[in-house]
Amino acid sequence: MNLAAYGHCLRGVVGRELLRFLHQRSRFVAALVRPLVWLFVFAAGFRMALGVAMTEPYQTYVLYEVYIVPGLMGMIQLFNGMQSSLSMVYDREMGSMRVLLVSPFPRGYLLMCKLLAGTLVSILQVYVFLAIAYAYGVQVPLLGYVLVLPALIVTGFLVGALGMLLSSAVHQLENFAGIMNFVIFPMFFLSSALYPLWRLQEGSELIYRIALFNPFTHAVEMIRFALYEQLNSEATLIVLATTLVLLWLAMIAYNPAKGMMTRRGGPSGE
Amino acid sequence: MSHDGRASLQVSRASIYEGSDATALQVQDLNFGYKGSPVLEAVSFTLKAGEFAVLLGPNGAGKTTLFSLITRLYDYRQGNIRVGEFDLQQHPDRAHARMGVVFQQPTLDLDLTVKQNLAYFGALHGMAPGLARQRAMEQLARLEVQESLNSRVRHLSGGQRRRVEIARGLLHEPRLLLLDEPTVGLDIASRRGLVEHVHRLCREQGVAVLWATHLIDEVDPSDRVILLHRGRVRAQGSVTDMLVQADVATLSEAYDRFVQGVPS
Repeated sequence: MNLAAYGHCLRGVVGRELLRFLHQRSRFVAALVRPLVWLFVFAAGFRMALGVAMTEPYQTYVLYEVYIVPGLMGMIQLFNGMQSSLSMVYDREMGSMRVLLVSPFPRGYLLMCKLLAGTLVSILQVYVFLAIAYAYGVQVPLLGYVLVLPALIVTGFLVGALGMLLSSAVHQLENFAGIMNFVIFPMFFLSSALYPLWRLQEGSELIYRIALFNPFTHAVEMIRFALYEQLNSEATLIVLATTLVLLWLAMIAYNPAKGMMTRRGGPSGE
Repeated sequence: MSHDGRASLQVSRASIYEGSDATALQVQDLNFGYKGSPVLEAVSFTLKAGEFAVLLGPNGAGKTTLFSLITRLYDYRQGNIRVGEFDLQQHPDRAHARMGVVFQQPTLDLDLTVKQNLAYFGALHGMAPGLARQRAMEQLARLEVQESLNSRVRHLSGGQRRRVEIARGLLHEPRLLLLDEPTVGLDIASRRGLVEHVHRLCREQGVAVLWATHLIDEVDPSDRVILLHRGRVRAQGSVTDMLVQADVATLSEAYDRFVQGVPS
């Protein structure tokens, strides 16, 4: 297999993911409505109750709507990553994961293609959300819209790898409800997405500690700083390291020799 | 197989494809189990280029597990599988490049067109879009479903979907085609059509075929039969061999004898 063949493989996987996404219009609408409800309803209500004091990277006091936008961008990616994981459980049940896995390319490469495809779909959603937020009045420096792209790619891989790891462990479609309750909600609420960390600390030292350990907190901070043309190197390093560990675990999970598929008897093993 | 001139010409062409080694698939002393309970025990058989072999066995015989091992969804620790001249564990990439698979469950994207489905599969095998399109046209025409190229898979009948899946399995011109109960859910006419089509592919293109089924009426008198039951190969050979071994007049009786003769 030469380099061009690898390129064709990547193009094929990404193309399929985009086509599938475009065909599932309801998924696109749901992916947008969720953060917009938070922005228009939740944030509008909370701006009265909750002023956000000056905190980095903001140069001045900001409205709650402004504060919450990076967290909602992370939320879009989080949902998308978990949805990809759902689609992998679904794919596996439908057998199309098998089609992917009989490709002659190395498994690791195939899974990376799949992750990149999911990440691109999530980035598409994020930019549509940002455009609506812009029209609503939440505007960041123009360069911020470009600089945030690498942060979105890394976050996409972080949640995608987490989803992939979960997909290798979750048996049934119904378990997505479980993923919502035990993965998405805790990751989102126990992070700096909705409140700055110092405010969490005022409320509860324990929740503050948990949020500090939550990689999603660091992903949101990485996005927040990038939007304002700054690099939060601590958050970025933590996110990168976590992503690498999750990727490594996901690769092991899908390796036929070591993975859980053999131990479990596989998706439709008789 | 009949020994007319055409057949022998095709056999010789098939052996040219394979070089000096005309073995398309070799399974040797394969053992596999889930959580300690054995599913396959000492399974061995060989498939030659251009040969049509029926892997016959009741539900739960271990056919799907055997397919999962050959397609490397699971890994085996005991035994050996070779595809062409390549060891599956040492050269999984080359082995995969030489095999086409039609899985038991439908695996096409229902919302995408046949063309999009085949383009995706071509890309998974590293094909440029133009080449994939050309091969797709050829294979669809061969399976007589070329008119469905731009249809969404959702709008195709079960038989058409299966043919598209077979066309997809042949897109990268493999030397070995594996089909796991491909006629499940099809009516009698589509089933017969599919069996005939794949036999023709086997004759015309010299592709070795391993066709798993629990339906005896899908066996053609010219096929090789590998009878799998409770994870073991109970008998294998031509249909005539089976009848002689079991000392009966029909394959159905032979099947009953081999399957029922096994204590549970």
